Amino acid sequence: MNRAHKFDVIVVGAGGAGLMAARYAAQHPGVSVAVISKLYPTRSHTGAAQGGVGAALGNVSEDHPEWHAFDTIKGGDYLTDQDVAERFAVEVVEAVYELEHMGLPFNRTPEGKIAQRKFGGHTREFGKSAVERACYAADRTGHMILQTLYQQSIKDRVNFFNEFHVLDMIMEDGACHGVVAYELATGDIHTFHAKATIIATGGNGRMFRVTSNAHALTGDLMSIAYRRGLPIEDPEFYQFHPTGLYKLGVLLTEGARGEGAILRNGDGERFMERYAPTIKDLAPRDMVSRAMYLEIREGRGAGPDKDYIHLDLTHIDAHIVETRLPDITEFSRIYLGVDPIKELVPIQPTAHYAMGGIPTTIDTQVISDGRNTIVPGLYAAGEVACASIHGANRLGTNSLGDLIVFGRRAGIEAAKFAASESFTDLPAGVQDRTRELVDTVRKGKRKERVSHLRRELQDTMQDYASVFRTQEFLSKQVGILRDLQERYRGVGVEDEGHKFNTELLEAIELGFLLDNAEQLVHAALNRQESRGAHSREDFKERDDATWLKHTLIYKDGDGVRIDYKPVTLGKYEPKPRTY
Amino acid sequence: MQINVKIKRYNPEADARPYWAEYKLEARGSDRVLDVINHLKWEVDGTLAFRRSCAHGICGSDAMLINGVNRLACKVLVKDLGERITIEPIRGLPVLKDLIVDMEPFFDAYTAVMPFFINDDPPPPGERYQSAEDRAVFDETTKCILCAACTTSCPVFWTNGRYLGPAAIVNAHRFIFDSRDQGAAERLGVLNQANGLWRCRTAYNCTEACPRDIPITRAIEEVKRALLWRGA
Repeated sequence: MNRAHKFDVIVVGAGGAGLMAARYAAQHPGVSVAVISKLYPTRSHTGAAQGGVGAALGNVSEDHPEWHAFDTIKGGDYLTDQDVAERFAVEVVEAVYELEHMGLPFNRTPEGKIAQRKFGGHTREFGKSAVERACYAADRTGHMILQTLYQQSIKDRVNFFNEFHVLDMIMEDGACHGVVAYELATGDIHTFHAKATIIATGGNGRMFRVTSNAHALTGDLMSIAYRRGLPIEDPEFYQFHPTGLYKLGVLLTEGARGEGAILRNGDGERFMERYAPTIKDLAPRDMVSRAMYLEIREGRGAGPDKDYIHLDLTHIDAHIVETRLPDITEFSRIYLGVDPIKELVPIQPTAHYAMGGIPTTIDTQVISDGRNTIVPGLYAAGEVACASIHGANRLGTNSLGDLIVFGRRAGIEAAKFAASESFTDLPAGVQDRTRELVDTVRKGKRKERVSHLRRELQDTMQDYASVFRTQEFLSKQVGILRDLQERYRGVGVEDEGHKFNTELLEAIELGFLLDNAEQLVHAALNRQESRGAHSREDFKERDDATWLKHTLIYKDGDGVRIDYKPVTLGKYEPKPRTY
Repeated sequence: MQINVKIKRYNPEADARPYWAEYKLEARGSDRVLDVINHLKWEVDGTLAFRRSCAHGICGSDAMLINGVNRLACKVLVKDLGERITIEPIRGLPVLKDLIVDMEPFFDAYTAVMPFFINDDPPPPGERYQSAEDRAVFDETTKCILCAACTTSCPVFWTNGRYLGPAAIVNAHRFIFDSRDQGAAERLGVLNQANGLWRCRTAYNCTEACPRDIPITRAIEEVKRALLWRGA
């Protein structure tokens, strides 16, 4: 196979954002597009999203994009850029209709419109009561989005490079000219020369022990960008979803609570009434996860070790549970042996979503500093990116909205850029860094086992840098990460082969994960306030005077450098966040 | 509990032909088979190769022949298998390494049935309406995750790799029975060809293998009837 490729636009990642971007880029006349993914596209983690995509269609009760924008800003604890939230809430309505026009099989209202249900933090009239805004296809909305976009990509004859693992970006003079990738089937290294590169590779939840994230979600491109001198924005804001299956972390959608499910502590009490009197169990995720931790800490957990909470669906009509929530019902039955129709489901918060990521403008152009300096030829969308839409805490359903809104913008913008540019020569030794990375691991001394280091990383991140944080534990974790980075130099692999050497790639992915953890922990230690998902027990209050700003963290030698970027405010004054 | 795991191994760079490797290890009844093979890869033999991603039955990466039945390794627990577990690659697709097979022929068959929404009328400003009843007709076949458990359990596919197979028919069904779609005639034309729908001998293996509980045989029968009644 030819190992040098040239396309006008390269998309890295084939989940919702990547496929949406590819579709729109390919619609630009004369622009060639290819998608590179380390998985087959339909294996992407967009497929695991369950509950719905929020859009103010107003199909069930009155709703407006303005209300959605406000909820997104308040949900983000005012770290959301308000201009972005306003655009997003309008465009997500168009994008949802567009998905329907591509054939997405949404559930339907009795009149035949797209069905909608309630979700955490989505309200009518700026917080008065919960509103039905989540457009859903049973509890497999992400699966249907992924399938529908993949189907369209077949119709559009998109070029795919499946099971190609991107290991470097080609950067020269502050601009991006493509990527270098390792072909899993052969071990060959390929150069993808592009005028515009779109990064859409998803999250990094595998740095934690209990996570809803797939094994593949190791933050590869967040690390590669960081190694290439680009900043990561707001990595300290990491979302823990309240309802993960106990110990496994498998996601149970917030849509369950949207259909009426209730959280109960070990005493059977509906404790969310005490924390969010108005919308109770449908409070935003950061608040619910904290409330669950506090209940457990105060001795009101459930189970023999009082270390979990119950999700109660037993009062909901069994037919509704079976038809609107079939998958999560099955997960509970298979993995825990618990039938949600008759029994309480043991749950605990599960590491779920990175609000931060590679910083971009509203048009998905990657930026390199707090003055919004654009990196020519580089775009990012979806969970890997940070368009400052989710702020300090993402609202449920807005991840799918993000994929389709910013995936579309990325495709359009990247194609426009590519059409106006010509190819420049690639720098010499374009594959050198990738070869060095691969060879270092391949010839490593095997003094350390990848699985052991990864487990230590996951355990310590869970214990010292998850829902509640303190100076003491974060400082401790900085030291642990330094030690893990050091020991990582001693890893190696048993598999010396070139074909499907998945062991080699797992080792390289661990290196990426360590960088992601470093970004998160340093940014969390630096931010001396509590805001959204970042909850410091030693700085319990939100401090707008000092901290109403985005973090930008850079790699600086063996350490880090932190800078800031202002939050774009608008008509909503930051206020105390109550529900 | 102590379990005994037999895995059919094959490394194209070292082995002339596949062989059986046996491992004894400790496992809990609540462990997924994926947890077991991850443990083997991480602690015992790093060269063991298999695909996996979501680990809870939604991405479709880890279909394997486990104790004689096609299943997802992440969706079957040790306690449901007992202490002897045998794992082989799914059948009928070329084995590339250990439990990894070549998925290209599978996706080629899928692509052949035009598995995408076809409706050339200009769309309305909002959604196309569809009644809840019309939506329900094809609900089951929207669940497919393209794991290939069905197609690679089909005895017709084992003997004729050019047969489109149950997964492709399931995905054709998803559109043929969608009241908004206009491409049924074209798809039925594809399915009416020599290696199409009529190769199905209703063995029911596909239905039993499906990790998403899609009633595949019934869906295939519905497509057969559509072909008879509507013509191609």
